Amino acid sequence: MKQFLVFIKKEFAHVLRDRKTLLILFGMPVVQILIFGFALTNEVKNSRIVVMDQANDAASKEIITKIGASRYFDIVRTVMSHQQMEDAFKRGDIRMAVIFPAGFNNDLLHQNAAQIQVIADASDPNNATTLTSYVGSIIQDYQAQLSKTSKVPYRIQPEIRMLYNPQLKGAPNFVPGVMALVLMLVCVMMTAVSIVKEKETGTMEILLVSPFRPILVIISKAIPYLLLSLINVASILLLSVFVLDLPVNGNILLLFAESTLFIITCLTVGIFISVKTNSQQVAMLISLMGMLLPTILFSGFMFPIENMPVPLQWFSNIIPAKWYYIIVKDIMIKGLGFNAIWKETLILSGITVALLIVSLKSFKIRLS
Amino acid sequence: MEAAVIVKDLTKVYGETTAVDAVSFSVNQGEIFGLIGPDGAGKTSIFRVLTTLLLPDGGSATVDGFDVVEDYSQIRSRVGYMPGKFSLYQDLSVEENLNFFATLFNTTIKENYHLIKDIYVQLEPFKTRRAGKLSGGMKQKLALCCALIHKPTVLFLDEPTTGVDPVSRKEFWEMLKQLKAQNITIVVSTPYMDEANLCDRIALIQGGKILSVNTPGNIIKAYPNQLYAIKADNMHALLKILNGYDEVLASYAFGEFAHASFKNKTVDLEGVKSYLTKKELTGIELKKTGTTIEDSFIKLLKD
Repeated sequence: MKQFLVFIKKEFAHVLRDRKTLLILFGMPVVQILIFGFALTNEVKNSRIVVMDQANDAASKEIITKIGASRYFDIVRTVMSHQQMEDAFKRGDIRMAVIFPAGFNNDLLHQNAAQIQVIADASDPNNATTLTSYVGSIIQDYQAQLSKTSKVPYRIQPEIRMLYNPQLKGAPNFVPGVMALVLMLVCVMMTAVSIVKEKETGTMEILLVSPFRPILVIISKAIPYLLLSLINVASILLLSVFVLDLPVNGNILLLFAESTLFIITCLTVGIFISVKTNSQQVAMLISLMGMLLPTILFSGFMFPIENMPVPLQWFSNIIPAKWYYIIVKDIMIKGLGFNAIWKETLILSGITVALLIVSLKSFKIRLS
Repeated sequence: MEAAVIVKDLTKVYGETTAVDAVSFSVNQGEIFGLIGPDGAGKTSIFRVLTTLLLPDGGSATVDGFDVVEDYSQIRSRVGYMPGKFSLYQDLSVEENLNFFATLFNTTIKENYHLIKDIYVQLEPFKTRRAGKLSGGMKQKLALCCALIHKPTVLFLDEPTTGVDPVSRKEFWEMLKQLKAQNITIVVSTPYMDEANLCDRIALIQGGKILSVNTPGNIIKAYPNQLYAIKADNMHALLKILNGYDEVLASYAFGEFAHASFKNKTVDLEGVKSYLTKKELTGIELKKTGTTIEDSFIKLLKD
């Protein structure tokens, strides 16, 4: 036991003393979350808009309040002439204008239909589309509200609602994906490289020629990465809750338990790679090409699996990250419990056990 | 007294190449036994079989009476092993490395401090320094400490002095002598012929085969001829001429001299000198010289 502890202590020293490893280990998740969260998002926040309310009645005021309350918009002024508005657009002061015609509420109540003019700066088409769709959904929201309270069938346009993500947040899709990606990267690559490094520098020879059992060498190598990966899971979740405003809807303990299972899967893969390779470069290459690429392609995180040819859909079933991705999405975003994910958990456990058996079988107590 | 290491017809094959070819020798308890041979002679393969890291393809070997295949776990907890490459953790400090290996072998630095004391006092001033920042000689001393900390019965040192400066090399061999006094059997390999004399017995090895096993003294004594050291301004021409000289039995470059032995027991030095002068060589020096292990090795290789 004492041997085991001193070994784990040594492993921690290796990780904590190497700045590059530390940077990869703890910097990567943060950077990935932030890049996916902010740089690669199609969300538009705090866009400056103007509202011209020529109606100034109950309906228009309520819609304006709703727009103002949304964090996507920042109403700079509510009254403006057409000329001023055009100038503001040209200067780039505003991105969109919402104009209520006179008698807005009247039209709505008596003709069952009313118009709102939405003018967007389409020099950035993506941005404009996003903004108009935000405003569209706010208006539809109001229409829905009206329909509830009266029997008059106000015209309601077909609504595209994002299930579980009504505000069209970008984060829900990628946080589980990034978690799978980071754990895969940290656990597979780092364990494989750290074991192969011992082979490369010759320290493995000394470790083997000692009373310490070879299998314990491997296990004590994996434990620090298990702990460090759990810290990574925690930091990703903290970032997602406090920076990306994406709460964990389900049971957080269940999420950690499932993450631990997936980490063990990844560690097993890492150990298997380390048994089969003899140089750090090869280990790293296999980890990246052999594990990371399939994770990105077949987990469903970047490319929907339903759109793939059937053989590739079958193939995706053996990718552990696919199951973990589904599990995290279900717990974190849909807030589901274990009842909903026991099947995925079972499959992931099965893959883990299979990998574990293969790794331990191929593990050698000698050099070759 | 039973031999500490017994190797019998040991063979190790890698694909097409036979690295170790039916090698047999034994090492007595408490002696320094040297495996002397150039790179690629099969020294490391023999070490790895003896330390249970490799399985032999033929023959057998025992260490301390334990079979290297069957009883590998017993051997692993009794022997000390220092691989050829510097094999400690570069990012751990001197003290941490030592502590790690002590714990790994179920012991403490305190318990066996007397074994490493003489070596460790030199390392003590740097005990908080990382192993990667030590000089080559210091690294070697630390590696020896780590291999010794569990009081091994047999110590295997694979080319411990390769890449180490001459002063540290000398110190290192002094340390081995002290360890021998503590009744630790030492099996050491080296490509340096001059270190052979520091061993109690040596095995000369080349191409996976053992050429001779004996004490260094006996190996030198077994050399049949008187050797002469010859020097000239143009060494290249001298070697060529000696090769073609029909009085010469054998000649080869040896450091800054050429070594040669002659067919006649009584050599006419003046005659040789005038022969060489006639061949337009200048600055000729010619003198008797003692036989070294390297001379024996070269002769054994040619036979």
